Amino acid sequence: MQQLLNGLFVGSIYALFAIGFTLVFGILDRLNLAHPSVFAASAFIGIELVEVAGLPWWAALPAVAVVGGVLGLVVERVAFRPLKGRADAHFAGLISSIALGGMIIALLQWRYGPDTRRFPAGTFPDGQLELLGARFTILQAAILVISVVLMVALAWLVARSRLGRAMRAVAENPTAARVLGVDVDRVTATTFAISAALGAVAGALFAMNVNSAQLGMGSAIELKGLAVIIVGGMGSLPGALVGGLLLGVAEVLAVQYIGSSWRDLVAFALLFGLLILRPQGIFGSRRLREV
Amino acid sequence: MRRTAPLSLAMIALLGLSACGSGDTGAGGSLQGEGSGADCTIPGPVPVGAALSLTGAAGSYGESQRNGLELAAAHLNEQGGVTYELTVEDDQTDERQGITLFEQFTDDGVSAIIGPTLSTTAFQAQPIAQDAGVPVVAISNTADGITEQGEYIHRVSLTEGQVIPQTVAAVTESEDLENVVVMYSDDDAFTESGYEVFAQALEDEGVEVAETLTFSVADTDFRPLLTEAAKAEPDAVIVSALIEAAIPLVTQAREIGLDVPIVGGNGFNNPQLMTDAGEAAEGVVVGAAWNSAATQNELNTDFLAAYEAEYGKAPDQFAAQAYTGLMTIDAAVRAECSGEPEAIKDGLGTIDGLDTVLGSLTINDARDAEHEAVVQVVTDGEFVALD
Repeated sequence: MQQLLNGLFVGSIYALFAIGFTLVFGILDRLNLAHPSVFAASAFIGIELVEVAGLPWWAALPAVAVVGGVLGLVVERVAFRPLKGRADAHFAGLISSIALGGMIIALLQWRYGPDTRRFPAGTFPDGQLELLGARFTILQAAILVISVVLMVALAWLVARSRLGRAMRAVAENPTAARVLGVDVDRVTATTFAISAALGAVAGALFAMNVNSAQLGMGSAIELKGLAVIIVGGMGSLPGALVGGLLLGVAEVLAVQYIGSSWRDLVAFALLFGLLILRPQGIFGSRRLREV
Repeated sequence: MRRTAPLSLAMIALLGLSACGSGDTGAGGSLQGEGSGADCTIPGPVPVGAALSLTGAAGSYGESQRNGLELAAAHLNEQGGVTYELTVEDDQTDERQGITLFEQFTDDGVSAIIGPTLSTTAFQAQPIAQDAGVPVVAISNTADGITEQGEYIHRVSLTEGQVIPQTVAAVTESEDLENVVVMYSDDDAFTESGYEVFAQALEDEGVEVAETLTFSVADTDFRPLLTEAAKAEPDAVIVSALIEAAIPLVTQAREIGLDVPIVGGNGFNNPQLMTDAGEAAEGVVVGAAWNSAATQNELNTDFLAAYEAEYGKAPDQFAAQAYTGLMTIDAAVRAECSGEPEAIKDGLGTIDGLDTVLGSLTINDARDAEHEAVVQVVTDGEFVALD
């Protein structure tokens, strides 16, 4: 039970990170590889907000989301928009976002140095909770709740709101959407902003969960995020949620039943096996391409 | 830009050194003294170069080391008979800069070199001194193979291989260890070699290892591993990890209710553990070469008082080892009453039971130092000696 909860806590952060990834992919058909850098940047910025501005940890989260949103707009404006007219816009955007991600990390290193940074002592409540014999902190419970609430809110936004309708229209066919009066550029920018805001909150939560932020934390989770969105079904929001939780639990069970040295091997092999059984991912639908 | 300023300053300093340094070589005759031991008198000052990491990642260690060396030089020069001309230079925690400094020192004709701060730099720079026939005294390097680089390379710092077995023996006795869980990061050479020493020491002490868990140096979430560890109900958790992993590991262990002692390797020997892990660090056991409270002798008391008077703070292990480094060179100089590199090298080989702030120190046939380690336990936010 304890291990299952451990898996769910870390899995919910994977899911939140992956959902930002898959949002841009599902709607805009772009893979934004600057996402892991936003994840890392928000962790450092979150620590600074708590340390210097004296915000309590929960108040730092909305602030980090705003910073993340702005970063998302920058990423879209700098790495994607100038290239959107090119025939190879997919790959060009992919590569330019890697470059921009590298620049963000370099700026972080210039600002904060190469050392691991932590939240100041006493940032988090001390309390512990117990459920069916498993122990966890209030912070961990909050992380799980915040992640799930954000993901549900996003699902609602995409399915029900006016903006969500515009997003789905763009996803279906950008040209047709433009003809119907949808401001495609604005929807694109908004999608990037929301995606990056979620990635930023995931980064801050991750840093809180383990109380440390490192420059390399984005690249450590990048591969997991990619695995999660592939397994969940490219572009599928519920897929990213389930995929993230699944990966978290798979890692933990690998430690429990097979051995800690085999953790990544087992977790990824499991996901790979799933893909062989269901190539389109858990919630993915086979896409028909017209020639 | 931040890095360029000190770099260019160091370059200017180096140019200055090389300009005036070349004139000094060949003044060798004045390094031959008269008398022996405490009565030894050498006319000229013995030139000693120190390459320390004063800036960069290891900058905090280097500063302590410089303080320790300068204090030792002041004490020795006050004592008289043999005087020392100590030159401290910054290797910027950069291997290439370390090589440059060693070349500079050998060109200048120093009689001995102290440093560098980090083992990785030592492996790169020491061969230069070995080829030039200048004795080196390492004051903080703990990696295996440092002194295997040649007969001119010595060290006064204890290796992990020396500290860990003493730590394990002390904890086994004080905590009645029977059953432990071992955790280490298996993708880092330093922590893996630390693990091997731990495993051997545990076997020698007859302690059963219930489970061995591995993780990656980049890992920060140890809850699944610690939950596994807790299931084995160990008497202690043995960890070989760098400080980056040590802090979240210790914090999370206490969080899930694993309250047994955590025994760490050299990576844990860092005050950052207490600042960042806070109360969770209580009960962490770490072996070290020196602790201000542990070594009770007159030399150590005097050293503590003198250091505090000079720098306004208590010395750390690095300062004590640096102080010992120059004192050991002095003992070697006096052994043959000569400040020549060859004589110092021969003298270092004769160091046996020398009284130092680290305790009674012997340089063995492998040119490594042997002295008693201090086993410390975190109590009320500080390292104190384990009873």
